[in-house]
Amino acid sequence: MAKQAAATPKKKWTGRQKSEFIWGWAFILPTMIGLIVLNIYPIFKTIIESFYKTGDFGKGNQFIGLANYQKILSDPEVWQALLNTFKYAIVEVPFSIAIALVLAVLLNRKMAGRAAYRTIFFLPMVAAPAAIAMVWRWLYNSEFGLLNNMMGTKINWISNPNIAVFSVAVIGVWSILGYNMVLFLAGLQDIPKDYYEASSIDGASGIYQFFHITVPLLSPTIFFVSVTRIIGGLQVFDLIFMVMDKNNPALYKTESLVYLFYQYSFINNNKGLGSAVVVFLLAIIMVITVIQMRMQKHVYYN
Amino acid sequence: MESMEKKQKLTAALIHVLLILVSITMLVPFVWMALTAFKTITESTSVDPFVIFPSSWKVENFTEVINNMSFAKLYFNTLMLILGRVICAVLTATLAGYAFARLEFPGKKLMFSLVMFQMMVPGQIFIIPQYLMVSKLGALDTIFALVFPGMVTAFGTFLLRQSYMGLPKDLEEAARLDGCNIGQTFLFVMAPLARSGMVALGIFTAVFAYKDLMWPLICNKTVMPLSAALAKMQGQYSNNYPQLMAASLLACVPMIVLYLIFQKQFIEGIATSGGKL
Repeated sequence: MAKQAAATPKKKWTGRQKSEFIWGWAFILPTMIGLIVLNIYPIFKTIIESFYKTGDFGKGNQFIGLANYQKILSDPEVWQALLNTFKYAIVEVPFSIAIALVLAVLLNRKMAGRAAYRTIFFLPMVAAPAAIAMVWRWLYNSEFGLLNNMMGTKINWISNPNIAVFSVAVIGVWSILGYNMVLFLAGLQDIPKDYYEASSIDGASGIYQFFHITVPLLSPTIFFVSVTRIIGGLQVFDLIFMVMDKNNPALYKTESLVYLFYQYSFINNNKGLGSAVVVFLLAIIMVITVIQMRMQKHVYYN
Repeated sequence: MESMEKKQKLTAALIHVLLILVSITMLVPFVWMALTAFKTITESTSVDPFVIFPSSWKVENFTEVINNMSFAKLYFNTLMLILGRVICAVLTATLAGYAFARLEFPGKKLMFSLVMFQMMVPGQIFIIPQYLMVSKLGALDTIFALVFPGMVTAFGTFLLRQSYMGLPKDLEEAARLDGCNIGQTFLFVMAPLARSGMVALGIFTAVFAYKDLMWPLICNKTVMPLSAALAKMQGQYSNNYPQLMAASLLACVPMIVLYLIFQKQFIEGIATSGGKL
């Protein structure tokens, strides 16, 4: 094939071009085959699957058009799950970002214990979410939990439908804080020190500098972290799956879209319906991505 | 002037107080996990008087959990899951990353746009077809099934492409003048220079393979990694918190120890590479 390409008079490939072509394709081939089989084909397959009713044992799938979508869009449980997912993200994202930003600014200087603080804050990132969820469940236990014990309360942190989703979001904040902080610390390295020195001479306070130098100059990083955290938050599953029992009275008010996807596809074995839920999620995330791209211009050119 | 210095010292002290409070918040769940793991059930549920430390350290919680859950197997499965994904992902991404960064060939732009496209899509959309594929291969409940979705990595390809793009061009020129072909230039000159990128990707892949919960739950019922086994155990031991905490601790400790030894590489591998997107 390479010889043919070289022999074709139209293209007139040099030897270098020919070898870049061969080596280039040889190098990307394993990745591309893998991506097409494992990711690109599944995207289309899932979309197609969402138009089918999953057949029972042995029976084939049956084309039902948009019926799965009609079903999920008229199902109050799906809208509740969407609301729960947004509630989770609305607590997790801003709090984990705001706290991480303050911590990053405090740590962005020569000080004793800087490395130790960073190591401690980042620790939850390397722990299994299943283990994290279990210990928080134990901390939240209404009868014997450490939290109620210390505060002398009897709050049903994870079984009161009104607060359970926020209790889970607190675990999310705790888990992701250190990660966000490290991203901010990397961003802070790029802000020239002179800015701070100049404003210090002018008598600016640390808080003034935070809002007038740090936040504006760090805005690309803040924007990037916000977008990735929103998208990540909308995909919450592990914590809710582990913290909320099937017979927890607050489950209906905490289950997320991905939780429903898992439930429909692999517990109820209705993969068609599960596919429709995940395509719905894809649509929401795509809308956010488009908004992000529009806003990005403002953030970077300001 | 003196009062200004005093003020600065006071601010520094206040900052430490704040940071220490946050540190305690971050550590309490881990400490409580460890303390509960050594208690009896009665002690763990004692409210009045409230018990912080176990009166005698009950090591049986660990031995029972290790035997009942066959922890040796869980560690083995998790290790295989991690090794399988890390080796496949780093190898394929190192090759593809180099080609995307440094070689010119027809079709490159289209292929790279597929890589970028994959990164924008939520991962759950791949899961049902991946499950059906593994099921058709008759490979459910095997180590292969655990590794399967992580054999290639769009993110890693992108990350290593960035590493290669940062390397100087004249190295390749020199190698070429010495008569190396593209394969040799890659293998002996460029790949060794991208080592830090490979290490970062390896750690990133390892940690996220270890944390993966939904895929192992779906594809395997008996060949479980730690994460899925913890989920299953929670259903069975619902109120035996000391043993649940012992199992959680056993599941967390190896990764935490590695993290404490290789802190810099871990933080760079997980966060800094995440920030390069």
